[in-house]
Parts: sequence; structure tokens; C-alpha cells
Amino acid sequence: MAATEKRPVTEAGPFNGLLTWIDQRFPLMESWRSHLSEYHAPKNFNFWYYFGSLALFVLVLQIVTGIFLTMNYKPDAAQAFASVEYIMREVPAGWWIRYLHSTGASFFFICVYLHMFRGLLYGSYRKPRELVWIFGMLIFLCLMAEAFFGYLLPWGQMSYWGAQVIVNLFGAIPLIGPDLAIWIRGDYVVSDATLNRFFAFHVIAVPLALLALVGAHILALHEVGSNNPDGCEIKKATDPHTGIPLDSVPFHPYYTVKDTFGVTVFLIVFSIVVFFVPEGGGYFLEANNFIAADPLKTPLHIAPVWYFTPYYSILRATTDEFVLWVLTPGVIAFAGLIIWSVKNTVLRAAVAAVAIVLLVGFFTLDAKVWGVVLMGVSVMIFFLLPWLDRCPVKSIRYKGPITKAAIAVFVVAFFVLGYLGTLAVTSGRTVAAQVGTAVYFMFFFLMPWWSKMDKCKPEPHRVTGK
Amino acid sequence: MTDHAGVNRGRRTLVIASACAGSAAAVAGAVPFAASMLPSDRAKALGAPVEADVSQLAPGEKMTVEWRGQPVWIVHRTPEMLEGVKKDDAKVADPKSERKRDELTPEYARNEYRSIKPEYLVVVGICTHLGCSPQDRLKAGPEPFASDWEGGFYCPCHGSLFDLAGRVYKNKPAPDNLKVPPHTFLSESKILIGEEKKGA
Repeated sequence: MAATEKRPVTEAGPFNGLLTWIDQRFPLMESWRSHLSEYHAPKNFNFWYYFGSLALFVLVLQIVTGIFLTMNYKPDAAQAFASVEYIMREVPAGWWIRYLHSTGASFFFICVYLHMFRGLLYGSYRKPRELVWIFGMLIFLCLMAEAFFGYLLPWGQMSYWGAQVIVNLFGAIPLIGPDLAIWIRGDYVVSDATLNRFFAFHVIAVPLALLALVGAHILALHEVGSNNPDGCEIKKATDPHTGIPLDSVPFHPYYTVKDTFGVTVFLIVFSIVVFFVPEGGGYFLEANNFIAADPLKTPLHIAPVWYFTPYYSILRATTDEFVLWVLTPGVIAFAGLIIWSVKNTVLRAAVAAVAIVLLVGFFTLDAKVWGVVLMGVSVMIFFLLPWLDRCPVKSIRYKGPITKAAIAVFVVAFFVLGYLGTLAVTSGRTVAAQVGTAVYFMFFFLMPWWSKMDKCKPEPHRVTGK
Repeated sequence: MTDHAGVNRGRRTLVIASACAGSAAAVAGAVPFAASMLPSDRAKALGAPVEADVSQLAPGEKMTVEWRGQPVWIVHRTPEMLEGVKKDDAKVADPKSERKRDELTPEYARNEYRSIKPEYLVVVGICTHLGCSPQDRLKAGPEPFASDWEGGFYCPCHGSLFDLAGRVYKNKPAPDNLKVPPHTFLSESKILIGEEKKGA
């Protein structure tokens, strides 16, 4: 459409001239309509649908508070710890901005985990929303990187030793590992060079990637349309004249108002934490991090922040015995299961080859390497969810007892692993973490079979409005 | 040069060739950026050897010196402690320090006590699992993690155990014994850490 042919934006009013002038040069109204006032979202969004917009809200909060923190923070090993204390004690409202940022990190993960759980409940990753899910997972990875880099910056004991442990994970990779760890640190141990580069990643590199991915996540979502708690496609029943889905409402004003209410409730809960329990009982800010980093002394008990503990538990659970008695039979049984289930000869041969490589690896490489591999797989496996789930229906409302039980068991395993990851190791807890790890992986790896076996109810043609 | 489909093959070849050349240039341009993340000359220079004076170190005690930003422990072992090291042979994963010898155990420390002089243990106090610094549990006696403990080190991060020769216990997350750094005795009570005896 040529610029001059566009109709006036508001037809009347004081801003009509200005808005029309802009709209003739920039797709202002078109963007507004396609993403807000004429984005037709299912009318039956429930409680779980708050967390996407809340995550976006926390992202903005983190960026704004982060900008103000950089005005006083010094990314220098000799000054970092003191500059954070300076922000806390001497900068006007510095304590508030810092606590908003540190509490915001934990709430970001709470929102994102609940947002992902919503996807799991209602099958929001299923066709045609695979890319929405994949962009979302990339956001999750960026968020983990962002949290990890950011946690080094206060340069406390937990910052220092947490970074030491995580960077050394890369050192476990055969052949290139030790050099890779030195390259990441820029030194032989975590030092000033490491702090400086983590600052660069935390304040510019990862946030840029995060913003771009959030844009892609929303564009992909608006291309295919939102899923809903019933899991049926609202585009199948449209008004014959307008083509608008019958079970939809415009995102603006309906869901903008709903989400504003969500943000209000969120801010109440968030403020209670920020003002009264900013350390979150040691879960949001760990006690050891109020001691300046000491490269010669590891704290008595070292644990990552709560949002990393499930994966950390999996890392710790992988001992020599676990590799021998669980991983080895597990890989043999799983390869057998795939070979028995598929008829394709090439695929069978490929599975057998991979299984043999893994088995050789189990007996030649250290358990440490496999701990790192399992931890990586435990996060990356989420990417495959759209293809692992073989249920004929999307939503848990119409899935059968197997799916409901599997999700319940998985959630329990995730919480148990998360809790164990905050504690020191004992032999009993290691066994518990090993059971949790086995359950965690069985949920994903056996999903193609159990999700297919499940007795599902038929999906409704229209949303039920429940 | 134009075929039925309207594709100008000569031009397409040029596009592919220039895209390849451009990609090669982009990769070459990324190398200096990646290289800038390696340890700087200053970081490398800080790896100079350090001297430790053990004349004040009482038997049964430990001191820590910093070398390349890492803690290096020096333990003055008593005869009972050395006896304990012998008893640990069955409990440790690699009693003779045979794994990764060149990296972890210099030639002059390839013996029962992993040291030049039996009474002085010199090891890098960084767990070979994920780089935490283990804690002292030097005294023999029952501990929550081991009922018959002969003294050694306990890593708080993932529960690895090391005996008083820095040897790792069996079936623990840490794969290897603690590293014995290159070191030499300058005199009876002076140890130089980071450098081996010339010509040795």
C-alpha cells in the first residue's frame, strides 16, 4: 500500500494528524492491530496464562534495575565486593534497586518454570507450535547463562566457587576440556579477567540475545496463534463473514487488562519478598555470598542458587556405580526398545552404533564426564518434547491416566532433585538423587511409548469455556 | 549463460564463490576476538614460582601458599600420619599414583608418600573433580563420611575424600589424586614451588 493511500488513524482528535503522519511512514497501526487489538487469542485462558506476560514484565524490570546497578558497580576483582556493599549502604535507594534485581532473578525463574509447566500441561509445544517452544527453550538457556554470569559479579564466596565449579564442568570434556576452561576464564583460576568478561556477557551480550529471542518467540506465537487449556485449534471454527475465530477475544483490551491484574498481584507478592525477606531464606541470596571471594578457601557447604539445583543434583548423582549399574543397563535396554519398535534398518543400525559408542565411553571415560553429559542432556531434552509426545490430543484435560501419573511423578522428581541439590551430600541422599535422576530421564526417554499407550478422550471441537 | 528456468548460472556461481570468500573472511575475523579471551601476558607472567618457609610448621600441621592463584598445601606429616597413609592403600583408587603421571605426579614424588621428603607433603589444594578446595580432616578418628578415617581431606562440594598423600578414595566423584606441583627443596626448610631442580 502506498504511503499516501493509508486512511487517517483516528479520524479525529488532537493526535490524528501526528499519528497519520507516522503511519504513512512506519507500520504503526498495522503492528498495533496484528499484535494487540486484532490478535485473536482463545477466550478460555486461565490462571496458567499469566506467567508469560509476567516473565516479560520481570525481563523489563531486570533490564531497568540492571542499568542503574551498573552506574555504581565496579567489575574489578579488587573492588567488586566493596562496590556492591557501597550500593547497599551508601547509594540512595541502592539497596532497593539491588534487591529488586537479585529477587527479580529468582522470580524470573519462578515465572519461566511455571510458564514452561503450562506448556507441558496443555501441550503448547505440539504442532504447529514447535518453533514457539524451541525459541522459548533458547530463551531458557540464555536465562541460565545470564543468571550464571550475573552470580559471579558480587564476588562473594558463593559467586567465586560456583563459577569455579561450573567452568570446570567444561574442563571435563575429553581432549579440549582443560584448554577450553582456561579460555573461558582467561586465566588458570577464576580471577579478575573472568569477572570482567562475565560482566560483559551479563550486561550486553546475553541480554541482546535474550531480547532478540523474546521477539522471535512472540512473532512465532502470533504467526500460529495461541494454544488454550482445551488444546483444540480455535482457527477451525471461524465467523463466515469476518474470518475471526468464534472462540476468540482480541488480546487488547481483554488480555492486556487481565495481565495488568496479574502484574498487580505479582507486584504485591514480589514487594513482600523485596522488603521483608530479600534473601529468600538463603535460597535467593546465599549466606556465604556476604563473605568476599577467597580463592584459597572453599566455603563449608557449596550449592548453586535454587533454580539450578535439579541439574546440579543430576551432576552429583552420576558416580562410578551409577554409570555401571544404571546408565549401562539403561542404554542397553533403551537401544533394545528402539530397535524392537522401529522397522527401519538404517535407523536400527544407527541406534546400535550410538549405543555401542556410549557403552565403550562408559568404561573408558571418568564418571565425571558422564555427570556433565547427563546434566547437559537433562536441560537439552526439553527441546525434543514436541516430537517425544505422541498423544493424539494436546491438553492434559483429555489425556489419560498414564500421562497424568507420569507428569505427577516427574514433578515430584524435579522437586526432590531440586531440594537435594541445596544440601550437602551423604550416601543416602546420593541414592535418592540417583533414583530421581533415573525417573527424570525415564519421563522423557520413554515418552514416545507411554504417551502412545495412554487412553485419551476425544478433543472437543470448540473450547469448553471452563 | 541463461538456462530454461531463467537462472543465470555464471552469476549464481559468482554469488556462491563470493559468499564462500565472505564467510572465510568472517571466520578469520573472529579469530582475534576468540584469541583475546585467552590468558593475557600478565596472567601468564603471574605463574612465577613462589618460595615457602617451613621452619615454623609444626609436625601435624598444614600451611597454604598461593601459586598461580591456587592454594598449595604443605603438610608436615608425623610418623603416625605416614603410617596412616600406608593403611589407606586399600581404600584409595590409585594407590601407586599411576594415572596421568606426567600431569599429576612428578618423577620425584612417585613413591608411597607422594613427596620428596616423606614428612613434607606438597599438593595443589584443588579437588580434581570440579575445582573446589577440600577441607582439612587431618586427625585420624571416625568422621561422618568414613568410620575408620586415617586423616586426610574432605571436599565439601561433592564429597570426595583424599588421604594424607593427596590420594583420592575409591568410588568418589573426583577421578584423580591431588596434583603435586613442580617443587624442590632450596634448603632444609625452604621449598620452591613452581620449579623443579635444574638438571634433575
